[in-house]
Amino acid sequence: MSTTALGRAATSGKLTAVVLFLPPALVLFTLFVILPVGEAAWYSGFNWNGFGRPTNWIGFTNYDYVFEARAFGLALRNNVLIIVISLGIQLPLALTLAILLAEKFRGAVALRMLFFLPYVLAEVATGLIFSFVYDGDYGLLAGVWRFFGAEPPHLLASTQTSMLAILIVVVWKYFGFHMMLFIAALQGQDQHLVEAARIDGASRWQVLRHITIPLLYPTIRLSVFFAVVGSLQLFDLVMPLTRGGPADSSQTMVSFLYSHGVTRMRIGYGSAIGVILFVICVTFAVTYKRWFMRDD
Amino acid sequence: MNAIKHSLYAAAAVLAVSAGPSLAQTTVKWMHLEVNPAQIKIWEEVAREFEAKNPGTKIEMQFLENESYKAKLPTLLQSNDRPHIIYSWAGGVLKAQVEAGVLADITDQTKDTAATISAGAMSAFTRDGRVYGLPFAQSQVGILYNKELMAKAKVDGSAIKTWDDWLAAIKALKAAGVTPLTVGGADKWPLHFYWTHLAVRLGGKAGFEAALKGQNGGFEGEVFQKSGDLMKQIVDLQPFQNGFLGFKNPQSTGFFGDGKAAMSLVISTVYHQQKALAADKVGITDDKIGWVNFPSVPGGKGEPTDTLGGINGWLVTKGAPKEAVEFVKHFVSKDVQMRLAGAGFLIPVVKGADEAISNAFMRNIAQNLARSNYHQNFYDQDLGPSVGRVVNDATAELAGGSMTPRQVAKAVQDAFKQGN
Repeated sequence: MSTTALGRAATSGKLTAVVLFLPPALVLFTLFVILPVGEAAWYSGFNWNGFGRPTNWIGFTNYDYVFEARAFGLALRNNVLIIVISLGIQLPLALTLAILLAEKFRGAVALRMLFFLPYVLAEVATGLIFSFVYDGDYGLLAGVWRFFGAEPPHLLASTQTSMLAILIVVVWKYFGFHMMLFIAALQGQDQHLVEAARIDGASRWQVLRHITIPLLYPTIRLSVFFAVVGSLQLFDLVMPLTRGGPADSSQTMVSFLYSHGVTRMRIGYGSAIGVILFVICVTFAVTYKRWFMRDD
Repeated sequence: MNAIKHSLYAAAAVLAVSAGPSLAQTTVKWMHLEVNPAQIKIWEEVAREFEAKNPGTKIEMQFLENESYKAKLPTLLQSNDRPHIIYSWAGGVLKAQVEAGVLADITDQTKDTAATISAGAMSAFTRDGRVYGLPFAQSQVGILYNKELMAKAKVDGSAIKTWDDWLAAIKALKAAGVTPLTVGGADKWPLHFYWTHLAVRLGGKAGFEAALKGQNGGFEGEVFQKSGDLMKQIVDLQPFQNGFLGFKNPQSTGFFGDGKAAMSLVISTVYHQQKALAADKVGITDDKIGWVNFPSVPGGKGEPTDTLGGINGWLVTKGAPKEAVEFVKHFVSKDVQMRLAGAGFLIPVVKGADEAISNAFMRNIAQNLARSNYHQNFYDQDLGPSVGRVVNDATAELAGGSMTPRQVAKAVQDAFKQGN
């Protein structure tokens, strides 16, 4: 008698919690995620300029147009490029700095703050600042070039270098964030393991290779996740720097969506890009969580 | 409690009766894109005058930045809070708005005003005989030049009459070590002037209208292929400033104002802007600045007097109070037009208002526009936001060397076929 009553109390308590706490999240999620995505999917079947109701149903033609567009290929390539650079340069850089700065020495905190500062800066402001830095006539970079007696390049004006210029800013802006993630993880590590290894005669390198870094794996996986999702969302840094140009050479998926969908009043076409981007993001998020972050 | 309520109602009723019409406030929401504070000052004066003449009406000015205005407008127009008067460049966007039924048909209320406006400008805001807005300003695209720099290469800007004259001038300037042309290539539309003005010269009005109907190969036809070929002749001379594809339009305008390039193919209003955007805020002074119309081309079917430029106007949205139409009519009245023209802010559309232009430079532009029988609106407005942007993209790529004239024409025609 008393045990069933207790059990009932426990389940009803759980039920109350579910009834109380689930709806707000569910409503918000439905309202701001499910519905817009569904709407975008619906619009993507129309040739529609945003005025009135969509009536001109064209099926999957918008998707054909997207896949045919050269800018789409370039945007995809650039997004992959950003991911590769984030993983290949940014993360190792962040990890190295984190390992150096996680230890306590004079100036460590100041250095951490310094490296973290770019992340605090707003994206648009960063983009504007760097558009001045890169300016081939009056910019800082032009000054450096002239100092060595060379003709300064216009990095943002060439299809060959525009993406390079953006990648430099991306790495500069976000490595501090990943460094902070690593530092936090490093400081949470159990120092006894390191001490034990040192007593057993492990060298600094061995400790790093076999203890510190393996213990960081969950954080590294998280950091990779952030880097990839962040690269897929990259937009506000690109707009003030190049607006995706010249000749779409520095377009990302989102800037492509904006400049070819929204500003052209091609809501159907833009929605198709949005749906494609959504599918890419969801596929990545689900598989990554399933394969790599299962144990975290 | 009830007593208090009743007495409150009574008081309110008394107040309403005694105050009369002044309580029946109508607010007219007027959305604009103007950034020049000197011009806005005059606009505000005009609004206050209108309020004084029409008690009970309040004109509320709302501002949006150019690009965000274009992006936001479709949503804005379909909300309950839509502005009553909106800015327009006519063309394809106006067409879409008319078809969507978000604009008010103001044909009957504006008959008398429409008769005072030049027919060409008025036709831009007329669709199937119905009037949806009133124009208030127009502009011309042409070659702005710096007399001092031209003299260095012993070139006379005013003598540029033909395409070959222009090519020769560019070559001479290059040889003299002067940057011949500056352009805001990052914004793309400054580059589309080359291609489209060539098409105006090559095909004339008939050529453009045929392309719209899909005749002669549409925008892939001979006229547009040749426009690309000729534009490429200019591009091949490498006449633009270093890094021109990274320059936004204001930067390029400042570059001209700083006296770093001899010429620029621009909208006539750049005459003012280059002063404001020059590093010294003085820019190229009136004695050193020149303007010459786009040169004629061999075999061109267009008249040399044909012009490319913009037509700007105000539209009244559906459900707007009648005061909105009255205000627009007031805004394009001869008196207000003369005031704005006199201050040099615009080329008026009301007949006779150009007499107020005291500035010789602007006077010349006004005369060019008055002489023109075919004033082509900017392609990126006229063809609608989607096809228009493809024209901008493709011509910028032609300038950057990543597209051939043939590909440009094909890209435009493909976009035209895809529709919106």
